[in-house]
Amino acid sequence: MASAREEILNRIRDARVPAAEPVVRGYHETGTGGVELFAERVADYRAVVHTVTDVPAALERLRGKRIVVPADVPPEWLVDGVTWLHEPLTIEELDGSDGVLTGCAVAIADTGTIVLDGGEAQGRRALTLLPDYHLCVVRADQIAASVPEALRRLEPTRPLTFISGPSATSDIELNRVEGVHGPRTLEVLVVQPQ
Amino acid sequence: MARNPVTWLGSPTFPKAAHTALADTQLRQNLRKATGTIRGRRAAAVGEMTDWEQLRVAGEQIKNDVLARLDTLLVQLEESVTARGGVVHWARDAEEANRIVLDLCREEGANEVVKVKSMATAEIGLNEALEAGGVHAIETDLAELIVQLGDDRPSHILVPAIHRNRSEIREIFQRRMGVEVSDEPADLAEAARVYLREKFLTTKVAISGANFAVADTGSIVVLESEGNGRMCLTLPDTLITVMGIEKLVPTWQDLEVFLQLLPRSSTAERMNPYTSVWTGVTEGDGPQRFHLVLIDNGRTATLEDSVGRQALRCIRCSACLNVCPVYERTGGQSYGSVYPGPIGAILTPQLVGDMHDPQAASLPYASSLCGACFEVCPVRIDIPSVLTHLRAEAVEAKGLTAESVAMAAAAWVFREASRYEKAQKAGSLARFLARDGRITSLPWPGSKWTSSRDVPAPPSESFRAWWRKNRG
Ligand code: SF4
Repeated sequence: MASAREEILNRIRDARVPAAEPVVRGYHETGTGGVELFAERVADYRAVVHTVTDVPAALERLRGKRIVVPADVPPEWLVDGVTWLHEPLTIEELDGSDGVLTGCAVAIADTGTIVLDGGEAQGRRALTLLPDYHLCVVRADQIAASVPEALRRLEPTRPLTFISGPSATSDIELNRVEGVHGPRTLEVLVVQPQ
Repeated sequence: MARNPVTWLGSPTFPKAAHTALADTQLRQNLRKATGTIRGRRAAAVGEMTDWEQLRVAGEQIKNDVLARLDTLLVQLEESVTARGGVVHWARDAEEANRIVLDLCREEGANEVVKVKSMATAEIGLNEALEAGGVHAIETDLAELIVQLGDDRPSHILVPAIHRNRSEIREIFQRRMGVEVSDEPADLAEAARVYLREKFLTTKVAISGANFAVADTGSIVVLESEGNGRMCLTLPDTLITVMGIEKLVPTWQDLEVFLQLLPRSSTAERMNPYTSVWTGVTEGDGPQRFHLVLIDNGRTATLEDSVGRQALRCIRCSACLNVCPVYERTGGQSYGSVYPGPIGAILTPQLVGDMHDPQAASLPYASSLCGACFEVCPVRIDIPSVLTHLRAEAVEAKGLTAESVAMAAAAWVFREASRYEKAQKAGSLARFLARDGRITSLPWPGSKWTSSRDVPAPPSESFRAWWRKNRG
């Protein structure tokens, strides 16, 4: 008896689907982009957005809190007055923290999206999932105008998380309600060059 | 061969089930409210895109290319996933898929698994099969949880509990979770958060579906809102993903089309809160064992039908359900399948693959052919054409007279016949007019009218008018 794999592949071949016409990519590759549009679109998801020039000064808001950080955040982010929680951290430690501070890989102005890829200042995925508050630093040069532009900047084989606002659901009468399993508060610092 | 669990055992035909549903005024109220809201929001989300039509065309073409090269692309996907440390399994039907997943759970010694909402696993009846094998599957998507705790059946592909309003949800939660909760959506969401938290933190095996799989990189993509998906895809040791063989896109670039089409069409958002992408296994981050189960379950048979195969382009956005006047009146459960609404009316009977099955054969009649589904479909599936095509097949199948099935068509779903005909006329014209009023393409080109059937359905008239003329 043929294996399931062989049988399925043979049945596909037997269906003799004719070759398709070439794909016409007539849609927009890029958009207006920019810090302003990004900030506006993030705020539309009821995330908190601040446009800043000085990150350490903006991190004053974390004073008195127990905040998770990935191993490779810029040292100047580790301001005084905050209890920084460093890896290795257990699930329970992450769950019991007050929040997490990260950077990002890419952001998308059109859709107000932040993309994490586990690279610099981002850490493994659990870090930005279990704490109930996520503060994310986005540099102006990390903001791509459109979805196509953002995908081009990303390495697909890294574990990617696209974040558009705080956790939400549309499952009750099809209305968006913020705050289910992911961080219920998303705060974004958009860093303008000085 | 075992029966395909895509339809629920013992379901009445659509007309019978719908008659019962129509009497349920609460259900119709819930649905009218929910679909009305989402229709307006979808129109706004799509309206701000000046290149929406170009995206739809690209989406259609990419998916057609996938169907034309499905064998090559599946082999490529298998190679890329394997190269990154994943294990790929193939399943001809539901039974085989369920057995593979159950065996994997047993290997892991798991008697409880967490699940991310997935149409593929609902289609194959995985939860029931696991339960029978001693493995309890916990649904973690809010709507799925409402259905599971309410011992209910799904009625919508995106929001399976769309037929429940907030006070009904409150009642189910209080009864099954043993907690006091108000009927405020935020409180209900909080109750689900608390209820599931510990499960997420302790369960070792997760099962997910996939929205897309990228053949050339082996990347799997899941779109979600709540974060339950991220929990399941990140915290357990082992991840088992079950996916229909048609869920592919050829390249990473192709995702740029679908990541724009899907969120706006389904939840009417610029982007859904969370999209996760993973490729095989990543050391030190997420599950260290990854299994991908590719299921056929009627898809290759559907692929053989030159008219019907376009149903395999579907990205399960649910826009066609939300605009369908028949769905809004009868609700999803009347379709007797996890795939209700217009897409269900064309996909379910094809997956069942047997037009002698009276329930499956009645589904292509669950429509007024108004064409609204085609207009909103992000991958331009010409649902009315496929419906007409499948009706002809149903008529041909033994044991069904044309009359009995067609008279059971959707007309009676509308209380007043005149309103129905008006909706029809408006719809059948609108679907062929481009935005500027020019006719851009003719439906059902001569080549698609199968020569063996001598009653072609003329494009511009309503089904009722067509039927009146051709019934004799
Ligand atoms: S048929 Fe089209 S509109 Fe309906 S669910 Fe599928 S993709 Fe969406």
